[in-house]
Amino acid sequence: MPARKIKEFFIEKLILICGLLSIFFVVLIFIFLLKEGLALLKTIRPFDFMLGKKWYPISEPPQLGILPLILGSLLVTLGAALISVPIGIACAVYIAEIAPLKIKEVLKAGIELLAAIPSVVLGFIGMVTLVPLVKNIFHLPTGLTALSGSIMLAFMAMPTIVSIAEDALYSVPKSYKEGALALGATHWQTIYRVMLPAAASGILAAVMLGIGRVIGETMAVMMITGNAALMPHSILQPVRTLTATIAAEMGEAVVGSEHYFALFAVGIVLFVISFIINVSADLFLHRKRI
Amino acid sequence: MKNSQRTQKIAFFFLFLAALLVIVPVGLIVLVIIKKGLPAMTWQFLSDIPRQGMRSGGIFPALIGTVYLVSGAIIFALPIGLLAAIYLSEYSRDNFLTRMIKLAIVNLAGVPSVVYGLFGLALFVVFLKFGASILSGSLTLGIMILPIIITTSREALESVPYAFREVSRSLGASKWQTIRHVVLPNAIPGILTGTILGLGRAAGETAPILFTVAAFYLPRLPKSIFDQAMALPYHLYVISTQVPNVDEKIRYGTALVLLIMVLFMNLVAVIIRYHFRKKKKW
Repeated sequence: MPARKIKEFFIEKLILICGLLSIFFVVLIFIFLLKEGLALLKTIRPFDFMLGKKWYPISEPPQLGILPLILGSLLVTLGAALISVPIGIACAVYIAEIAPLKIKEVLKAGIELLAAIPSVVLGFIGMVTLVPLVKNIFHLPTGLTALSGSIMLAFMAMPTIVSIAEDALYSVPKSYKEGALALGATHWQTIYRVMLPAAASGILAAVMLGIGRVIGETMAVMMITGNAALMPHSILQPVRTLTATIAAEMGEAVVGSEHYFALFAVGIVLFVISFIINVSADLFLHRKRI
Repeated sequence: MKNSQRTQKIAFFFLFLAALLVIVPVGLIVLVIIKKGLPAMTWQFLSDIPRQGMRSGGIFPALIGTVYLVSGAIIFALPIGLLAAIYLSEYSRDNFLTRMIKLAIVNLAGVPSVVYGLFGLALFVVFLKFGASILSGSLTLGIMILPIIITTSREALESVPYAFREVSRSLGASKWQTIRHVVLPNAIPGILTGTILGLGRAAGETAPILFTVAAFYLPRLPKSIFDQAMALPYHLYVISTQVPNVDEKIRYGTALVLLIMVLFMNLVAVIIRYHFRKKKKW
């Protein structure tokens, strides 16, 4: 009997430890990013790093300003949000409210399928289809532009936006809808005036998580935005995002060099952005409904 | 009244259009990859090493590398993820600590994949001196898929009715015995679904393995877990952007194999979920 008690004591402690490991890993990721990234502060001031307009990491001396990369990420993300937010929410409304059962199942399966396709495959498809298309439509020297990246990323954000917005619409109490319909509102008026406002905080979380997905996306972006680390002037030019910079350059950066530390500092920026987005989206999702 | 009906019609038409805009490209992408990739599908393509600077030959080392990486990731992530899920569903109370754990899981799920790559590089490759190796890559991928496994396993455990636990405890079983012999067996389908979804995610990710394991070109099989390896997603990236003049057939073929691998796992997960939902006794 005591032997069993002892065994269970250890098992339960092990379970507790594993439960705590998630916190441990988040902290560990942050510590290791800081450990490598903060070494950069010895050579460059944070202000010059964040707002420097030139990213020439291998020139002598290296110029490590990430403003062009931040603006590149912002431009691509903004474009993607403009496309994906209205379409994604509309698609969620269609699935949750209007679609007949059969069509609904097809749509949901398709969106799950999209979520499962690896980003490198989508990047490849974007390269061979979307990029030439953009090039021809706008008569550009190259189709590897911020616009191509925005379109692809908008598409990749869809599963997140649609499924979370859909959940938000489902969780609106049925009585709201019945009340509106009983007062003589049409189905569309009910959706527009009652359902959408009632689901607003969930939909906002959907949009934020979708944007989080877009900012963090790496491979597809690296393959279709052209990777020019210059200050972006137009959406029809090549840009370079924060994520793509890390992915493209870390392979060549010498461990312990200024370039290496700078890429980790870029990682810190990304980590902090995604942390803020996820925590605030979580707050919106779990806000108590009155 | 007539006016509002017309508005509704127009609005619904646009909503339908939005759904089409999302779903049609998905179908097209899959169709194009299948149509253009299928001619490359030969036994030789799957079983040969890449030849002539990856412009011909097969993808065997990349395929095997991915299998190793995914297995390693799951060996690491499944036990931890499952125990963490048990903690959250069976032991945790509604307090600050639990809220912190849940927040940490949400954050782990949201960390950009390339940041996982940086983390793996700093911790496993450099700090622990594992080097660029299957071990480093597997551990990095393992941490990345942890939130998927925890979340799905926890849902599976929580969907086991509370009465099952009460009956078991009232018969004199201890808390752990109840979990081990009553709760876990009933939650296995859900746990399996989560595990397979995690596998699929690990198989398709590129950014976390870029600096932790992936070899540009390694025309042999890895010898140990401290060896570098090729991996399918990275191989696709390499032949579509880094190597000029690769035959389109080989690119599409590689994309198709990767897609089939990932979709097959998702399909299995869906089937398990569907099958057991039908058989559920409660």
